[in-house]
Amino acid sequence: MIMKSFAATIAAAVLFSPAAYAQTEVQWWHSMGGALGDRVNELASKFNASQKDYKVVATYKGQYPVSMTAAIAAFRAGNAPHILQVFEVGTATMMAAKGAIVPVAKVMADAKEPFNPKAYLPTVAGYYTDLEGNMLSFPFNSSTALFYINRGAFKKAGLEPKAPRTWKEFTATAEKLKASGQECVYTTAWPSWVHIENFSAWHNVPIGTKQNGMGGFDTQFTVNSPLHVRHLSMLGDMAKKGLFTYAGRTNQGDAKFSSGECAMFTGSASAQGGIKKAGKVDWSAHFLPYHDDVKGAPQNSIIGGASLWVMSGRKAEEYKGVAKFLAFLSRPEVQMEWHTGTGYVPITMAAYELTRKSGYYDKEPGAETTIKQLTNKTPTANSKGLRFGNFVQGREVIEEEMEAVFAGKKGAKTALDDAVKRGNEILRKFEATAK
Amino acid sequence: MEKRVVFRSAWLPYALLAPQIAVTIVFFFWPAVQGAWFSFQLQDPFGLHTQFVGLQNFEALFASEHYLASFRTTAVFSVLVAFFGLAISLVLATMADRVLRGALAYKTLLIWPYAVAPAVAGVLWAFLFAPSIGVVTYVLKRLGIDWNWIIHGDQAMLLVVIASVWKQISYNFLFFLAGLQSIPRSLIEAAAIDGAGPGRRFWTIVFPLLSPTTFFLLVVNIVYAFFDTFGVIDATTQGGPAQATQILVYKVYYDGVKAADLGGSSAQSVILMFIVIALTALQFRFVERRVQY
Amino acid sequence: MVENRPGLTALSHAVLILGVLAVAFPLYVTFVASTLRIEDIMSVPMPLLPGDQLVANYSQVLAAGTTTGSKAPVSQMLFNSLVMALGIAIGKITISIIASFAIVYFRFPLRNFFFWMIFVTLMLPVEVRIIPTFKVVSDLGMLNSYVGLTLPLIASATATFLFRQFFLTVPDELAEAARMDGAGPMRFFWDVLLPLSKTSIAALFVIQFIYGWNQYLWPLLITGEESMYTVVIGINRMIVGGDAANEWNLVMATALLAMLPPALVVILMQRWFVKGLVETEK
Repeated sequence: MIMKSFAATIAAAVLFSPAAYAQTEVQWWHSMGGALGDRVNELASKFNASQKDYKVVATYKGQYPVSMTAAIAAFRAGNAPHILQVFEVGTATMMAAKGAIVPVAKVMADAKEPFNPKAYLPTVAGYYTDLEGNMLSFPFNSSTALFYINRGAFKKAGLEPKAPRTWKEFTATAEKLKASGQECVYTTAWPSWVHIENFSAWHNVPIGTKQNGMGGFDTQFTVNSPLHVRHLSMLGDMAKKGLFTYAGRTNQGDAKFSSGECAMFTGSASAQGGIKKAGKVDWSAHFLPYHDDVKGAPQNSIIGGASLWVMSGRKAEEYKGVAKFLAFLSRPEVQMEWHTGTGYVPITMAAYELTRKSGYYDKEPGAETTIKQLTNKTPTANSKGLRFGNFVQGREVIEEEMEAVFAGKKGAKTALDDAVKRGNEILRKFEATAK
Repeated sequence: MEKRVVFRSAWLPYALLAPQIAVTIVFFFWPAVQGAWFSFQLQDPFGLHTQFVGLQNFEALFASEHYLASFRTTAVFSVLVAFFGLAISLVLATMADRVLRGALAYKTLLIWPYAVAPAVAGVLWAFLFAPSIGVVTYVLKRLGIDWNWIIHGDQAMLLVVIASVWKQISYNFLFFLAGLQSIPRSLIEAAAIDGAGPGRRFWTIVFPLLSPTTFFLLVVNIVYAFFDTFGVIDATTQGGPAQATQILVYKVYYDGVKAADLGGSSAQSVILMFIVIALTALQFRFVERRVQY
Repeated sequence: MVENRPGLTALSHAVLILGVLAVAFPLYVTFVASTLRIEDIMSVPMPLLPGDQLVANYSQVLAAGTTTGSKAPVSQMLFNSLVMALGIAIGKITISIIASFAIVYFRFPLRNFFFWMIFVTLMLPVEVRIIPTFKVVSDLGMLNSYVGLTLPLIASATATFLFRQFFLTVPDELAEAARMDGAGPMRFFWDVLLPLSKTSIAALFVIQFIYGWNQYLWPLLITGEESMYTVVIGINRMIVGGDAANEWNLVMATALLAMLPPALVVILMQRWFVKGLVETEK
């Protein structure tokens, strides 16, 4: 009798003691600081609490370029993290590093986790999917470019607080605002993302050959088309007339709008959080303006943000944990909480539906504009996204040339021709290393 | 120079040298060799494909107008920082040499910026000159000047020059003061007796006698402008706008870290190394000469 | 001063006062900004008299960083900077003084070779070998660690040279006397050389402490985790984007905290510092 209960006690002790439960750790490196970092930690904790086999450890590694460098170095030293958050401009680099990454589709298949690529919003998933339909990385935090107006400033200028829909209307509105004494009429964040990349998708024109680079590394930029030149020229004229105040290459424009300084603004959907927090402006969010004489416009906008890549070189058991975590992240409730808490778009149709049913969009119309703009029409080859190698440098090149136009130093045609020339050099260099 | 009296031991000197040599090999020579090796290769960021390409990276650099522009930018930046840094400090040192009362107070009040990190200096001045909210920007706008260094390259250059000079004034000031105070009074008195006014005395006696110090500071300031100002630039303009403030060392960092172009960045490092060697050799040859005065 | 020219003296004072004000101006504005609320700074122009948020702002940054950007507490950053600065200063002085002692006071094979090896490192500031050094540190697993922050920076040549210059001026009689007394080299080092070197060590300490505290590029590269930020890097990370979205009042408070310890070291140890600085470069 005693032996049996003794054995039972031992067995129980072994089964329930923590040492018997060696949790498999999954290392996740991300670049979400501040409040977003708190949201990320919440996601990890929720997942860890929902099951006992795996533990996701989320570490903030600094901004995207720094964390990517650290991950590359770690990989070379043989201890890369399991999951790495990489910004969208790094997609081609990650994709080309075939020996360093494991496509998400493979991770899910190997772990036998149910995974349906069609459940994801096409514009969102398309950016990170190869031409055969295999999802390479997991879309995590995506936003798109929106157009914001300061309704108070409009009213003060005697205008109806209605957002212009075309660029023609935009320029007319801008001039009226300026004439009424508004010092800063329009500013923008992320100039290349808004006025070249999203602009091209919105007007269904290519940014580069081979389906914006998705079809191969031997792509060339095409951002010096007559339409692009015309648009950049328009911006340059506006800058000269004082209708457009350039604020910088990243999201420096956000602050100019949220402080009430500028009346109109184009920037990321994720700027809404900051605008709301500042609480100074009566604002509304709208579709980007378009040139109505372009056939096919408006098409749909493309995303910006980052995705989660799975790095290679780890154990199979650990990848099971990764797959479970990605499945967890895809759940509608989890997505809804992430979406409403951060302003990033939900990545699945189900999550979108769930959020809509909850009445969230009635309270926050700006949140739905994002998704509506992304799904305005079925994406074409020109509007699925882009995939250019070393696009960190590529985007900077484009922005440098744009800055020259805004400063009145170069004409739009020369600037864009130079951008294409310099951009292509970068693409060729990347192609050489990716062979 | 050698010591007459020395100790002999078979192992002690090696033991004493070991820590420094070890750190030097692991953290200086080994990376330097690796850097040189990388400069001859073309590789993807993850190191999965590497090809030996000989001098191709170097050729690409010298063919790139942006790299050559970076030389120009660095030269302009260094000259401005060195010239204004030296000129302003010289004026202050000359004045401080003249006054008897309050000399220590002035000295204390002028040397503390030495303690400020270049990056912090950059942040302070960027705040003063911030396009929307800066105090100095406000004054400039009232004077009718359109100040927006985010878009005007030469304004951005002005900002980083001011921040860099501000920080360096104390260092230069100390050396000039020491130099001035080591000039024999008898020479100055003799000239005064001959009827030379303070201005004449300065240009004909003081300035020439200061030339070793001036030259030494010139080299130091140029090396400072080449390297230590990295913090200023990264904290403010990050090489922009449109590469207007992209000095050579910043480009090495940008290409290596942000653009993950290891071959190009390493090639730039190698070139930069040759420049440093030249400057250091210049400084040392000069310093050796000075010791013999 | 040779003759008495009150006009010129007055001018000198005026210029000096102007200089002091120009140098102090950014500091003053920084201090004022650190005592205001963010709204006061955003209303252009910013008030130029101190506000009432001194305690509030400083306690905020020390405990929890900024509210919109980096949340790393500045107190942790100050500690990291202190460890780095002290580590570099003490480390450098230690290994350089013994290396210098070996080179000056001993004859042994390869002596000149080692000397030149150390000399060459002057030509290789960290900026010139950024990526490969980063790779070596990463391979050794030293990223995001105090060791990684300090160890690679303690072997530069300037300290060794300073000590060498100094040792060369120490009279040979002292070494002779020690030898005659039967003292070994290390006794000589501890009992005679080290006490004599006090001034040089003090001066070097100031210079290296500031050097270590103000490091920017190296910590930028190898620290990714907020808990390892130094305060100089922390300021950089607080500037999230856009000159109006930053919490400038908190950034300025952090900047002041960043400047305080090295400034104190400089001012308190002024005499040694000035002497050492001017002597070192000779």
